[in-house]
Amino acid sequence: MNASVPHIEVMRSQLGRARGLGAGHSGTSHWWAERVSAASLLPLSTWFVVQMFRLGGADHAEVVKWGGKPVNATMLAALIITTFYHAQVGLQVIVDDYVHGKAHLPTRLLVKIGTSLMGLLGVFAVIKLVVRSGSGK
Amino acid sequence: MQDIRKALYVGSRSDGTLIQRPMSPHLQVYRYRLSMVLSISNRITGVIATAGAALGVCWLGAAAKGPKAYATARKVTGNPLGQLVLVGWLASVVYHTVGGIRHLIWDAGYRYDKEELNKDGPVAVGVTAGVSTVLAVALLAVAGCRRSKRAKAGKVS
Repeated sequence: MNASVPHIEVMRSQLGRARGLGAGHSGTSHWWAERVSAASLLPLSTWFVVQMFRLGGADHAEVVKWGGKPVNATMLAALIITTFYHAQVGLQVIVDDYVHGKAHLPTRLLVKIGTSLMGLLGVFAVIKLVVRSGSGK
Repeated sequence: MQDIRKALYVGSRSDGTLIQRPMSPHLQVYRYRLSMVLSISNRITGVIATAGAALGVCWLGAAAKGPKAYATARKVTGNPLGQLVLVGWLASVVYHTVGGIRHLIWDAGYRYDKEELNKDGPVAVGVTAGVSTVLAVALLAVAGCRRSKRAKAGKVS
């Protein structure tokens, strides 16, 4: 080969370039998950704020009666799941950006476990409220 | 050459040509801009909003557990210090929502020029302050009214 001809060695396959996913092979789905959950949270949190106007200063019986209604329980569970899913996805980006080295993996797992558990706790609280309201207590 | 670290800053363009990537200057060399505060605030309020959501789940869990646990939760939500925390949560959620909407607009390809960004920043601050204040005052007033009404009726808790 003529040495004067410009020659570039790029360690990347044509397929890799066509896919356009870069070295990380992922990220697009994460980005979408963040956006879709964010957009879903707009109506859900608006609903929650409206409900708080109904519930501000309420006593226990009123909260149980409110949480036991099927529509409220559905919206509440959807809000909780979406909130902690969005928190998980968002906090992961923060951990990826600021926590380096050995601490990265444990911190990331901690975020995943913590947000998942809080979400589960919220969902089971909703279920318990529905049961409580059904039994008339 | 040069700095040995520059070897790490060789990248390739999409057409395969090699290029020296720019080195990012340190944060301190930038002049203060509102947009940089708003940017990091979106992250910080996101973390606070998550912590507040965890508190909200605790409140819901207390209601699910029973009247006694709920009475304990109400001691927190009825306390001025607890209410300050709740207002902080509310303001964080409002700002994170405003910031999130701006992000969705940018993602759709609008309002991302320098002039537009600098114009929208103060608007975001104003909207956040206004909405947060109105919501906080209205919610506290509604809760306070309901509480005092019940106290007058003589019902316990």
